Amino acid sequence: MPDQNLIQQQKRDRRRMFADMRFRAYGILGLMIAGGALLFLLGNIFTTGYDAFRQTVITMEFNLNTDDLGISQTASVEAIQQANTLKVAKQALYALFPEVSKSKDKRNLYKLISLGAEHDIRNQLFNHPESIGSKVTLTVPMSSDVDQFYKASQRGEEIKSRLDQQQQQWLQTLINKKMVTVKFNSDFFTRADSRYPEIAGIGGAVVGSIYTLMICLLISFPLGVAAAIYLEEFSRDSFITRIVEANINNLAAVPSVIFGLLGLAVILNTFNAPRSTPLAGGIVLALMTLPTIIIACRSAIKTVPPSIREAGMAMGASKIQVVFHHVMPAAMSGTLTGTIIGLAQALGETAPLLMIGMVAFIANVPGTPTDPATALPVQIYLWAESAERGFVEKTAAAIMVIIVFLIVMNLLAVLIRNKTRISNK
Amino acid sequence: MNSIVILITAICLTLMSGFFGWQRSKNIHNLRSRPIYHGMNHGLKVALPMMMTASIWLISDNLIIKPTVMSDLTHNNQITLADPDFHYLQIVQIADGLIKENAFNATINKAVEHYRVTKQNTDSAIFWMMIIAGLLGFRGVTKKFHRNTPAREQVERIIKLLLAASSGVAVLTTAGIVLALLFETLRFFNQVPFTEFLFGTHWSPQMAIRADQVGSSGAFGALPLFAGTLLIALIAMAVAVPVGLYSAIYLSEYAQPKIRVVAKPALEILAGIPTVVYGFFAALTVAPLIVDLCEHFGISASSESALAAGLVMGVMIIPFVSSLSEDVISAVPQSLRDGSLAMGATKAETIVKVVLPSALPGIVSALLLAFSRAIGETMIVVMAAGLAANMTANPLESVTTITAQIVTTLVGDQSFDSPKTLSAFALGLTLFCFTLMLNIIALRVVRKYREQYA
Repeated sequence: MPDQNLIQQQKRDRRRMFADMRFRAYGILGLMIAGGALLFLLGNIFTTGYDAFRQTVITMEFNLNTDDLGISQTASVEAIQQANTLKVAKQALYALFPEVSKSKDKRNLYKLISLGAEHDIRNQLFNHPESIGSKVTLTVPMSSDVDQFYKASQRGEEIKSRLDQQQQQWLQTLINKKMVTVKFNSDFFTRADSRYPEIAGIGGAVVGSIYTLMICLLISFPLGVAAAIYLEEFSRDSFITRIVEANINNLAAVPSVIFGLLGLAVILNTFNAPRSTPLAGGIVLALMTLPTIIIACRSAIKTVPPSIREAGMAMGASKIQVVFHHVMPAAMSGTLTGTIIGLAQALGETAPLLMIGMVAFIANVPGTPTDPATALPVQIYLWAESAERGFVEKTAAAIMVIIVFLIVMNLLAVLIRNKTRISNK
Repeated sequence: MNSIVILITAICLTLMSGFFGWQRSKNIHNLRSRPIYHGMNHGLKVALPMMMTASIWLISDNLIIKPTVMSDLTHNNQITLADPDFHYLQIVQIADGLIKENAFNATINKAVEHYRVTKQNTDSAIFWMMIIAGLLGFRGVTKKFHRNTPAREQVERIIKLLLAASSGVAVLTTAGIVLALLFETLRFFNQVPFTEFLFGTHWSPQMAIRADQVGSSGAFGALPLFAGTLLIALIAMAVAVPVGLYSAIYLSEYAQPKIRVVAKPALEILAGIPTVVYGFFAALTVAPLIVDLCEHFGISASSESALAAGLVMGVMIIPFVSSLSEDVISAVPQSLRDGSLAMGATKAETIVKVVLPSALPGIVSALLLAFSRAIGETMIVVMAAGLAANMTANPLESVTTITAQIVTTLVGDQSFDSPKTLSAFALGLTLFCFTLMLNIIALRVVRKYREQYA
């Protein structure tokens, strides 16, 4: 019967149509999984870290009397360094709770305040030496446990806090007296690393990263551009050039730990670059970025039409003059785009920096590229590995900062590319 | 001597010489080259000798300072050091103020002082040599100065040489990698038999530093590491291949241009996120999630499971699979698709039976590149996969990888003679060879494929 055939065919067609739709749905599903993973990752980082930009602080009156500080009214800078600001901070807090007398309770009470308080009082002494002997009202950070607890309670969350019942009561008293507030944590951006989460900042790591990237740029950009010019404009297609080309392509795919091994064995141990410094880190990252820049610059040079070269030559310019005066200006935007993308990769690179010793605990913001320093991704690693709970949100906050840096760099690359696209028309 | 002072001195001398050359040629008639080239010639002829002399610094430490200090240290005190490299590193670090002076060890402190003096003398000697070299270069160029001096040609020749030298840096880097890895690996195999490394099944690199110390003697069977690396990379590929391939197919065959413009860069973001961020995400969020989930089903899972690291790594390498595959899929000629569609095939049938087979070599090479990425990836495994060298196929257990071991053995101070440190280089060489092989195969496949449709 012909009808039977028709029905079967229709069935088959429907099956094929469904298969087609299924296939298409898999594609959408794949994209959605990838996009979902991205959103989950970013959202997770954001919800973990956004609160690190705020810090719980307490506004108290400190009695800067000379007896407690152990310094005179006209103390020198060195004397202020030695001043017993810890005692002043303790006295200020104990004065609020006269009923606390046992030394164990006192110790627990003082755990509410961060060690940053001493530091802030000392800064007050430095900046306003005239205030020695008088009473001043200062806003100082509270400890990480209080910070976690208070911010969570403000969000309306219950968290398992390390504060005991008594400490929570004291904190409640302070809150009722309206002494405890939450303010924007600007210190997070200026301070260096610390063992105490509430006063740890990414300032030192950011400066370290900037120095490292500067060194990286200073080395890799001229070398990369020069190599690209040579390979594209001057080299003949000889055996040696082919080796160089294959080399560059393979170098671009070498895992970053291998560059760490190179840095350790050659740059530190043979050439004796100073360990743990942005200088050594910059050199290693420069070698990693070099292939990216060479490849980008070569393809930029390739897009320059030969007519420009021929016109230059016809006017009597030498080959070098043609390259530097006409070809390179036209190829510059492509080169810069590639360089920025290479630097963005270098900014996020962690493993090689770990291996050349940029993991040391550095409590100061580095002054020069030859000072021991750490870099932003390494700081993230260090905080992520830390057992202290307060570092979790700091880590996520540092990640947010590095992602902002990466976005800015990539936007810059896109901007440069778009701008030149218009001018080429 | 301060390196910045040296740099500024060198730059000043160069600029002065250049300015001098420019000034003296400015008022000469019928000059063969323009004054600016004479200036550049003068500058370069001073800068190059100085740069060459300054490069002595790179080797001065190993060639001059280290032998002097160490021979003095061992000779004066009649001691033999078990690990001179380690002691020297300590001395340097004390001198640089990186670690505190050892108050109890007067010998070391004396050596530190000796190091400081030697370094200072060597530094100033090289500095003056550099200045002299610069002056000699200046004398040479001024003596030859003439109305007819082909300054431009000379400058261009130097520039060309510099360009060629720059392209040599990439080769030198590779050579440096290979030599460093080979050298240290050979030292490693002097202490640990080659067969134990490749076929041994027990890895515990921790060794007793002193003879009287209680500790394991160290075992260097790298098989568990290879197995762990493969396990994690395979989990990663199991995530990345389907997701990446289907995304690529959808983007190149189905998606509207509008969607493609948004989705493609979004996928690339995944590749741009630093790996340390993925590591944090894996350790903080994904691993506990897996533990909770497994508990729900009554299975025990390690908090540092291979699964967590593998899943997150898979997400990371999705763009490596998708963007390369998309390129090769779009490169398949439209006529093939048209032919298939004209025969009555559905779109899916066309893709599966016509487009994908002809794009297969490119896709395979994309997968190989992604696989080599997964094997070389470090931070995710360091942070999420743990350090226990288990040989297991169970993804819920903790495993360790080649890269994680390399990083953890080398973080912090290390003595350069111990097999523990050297093992990192042996692992590095293995990793280097393996990824290199994958890359070469992948690149070759891509090239062959490109020719096919060119």
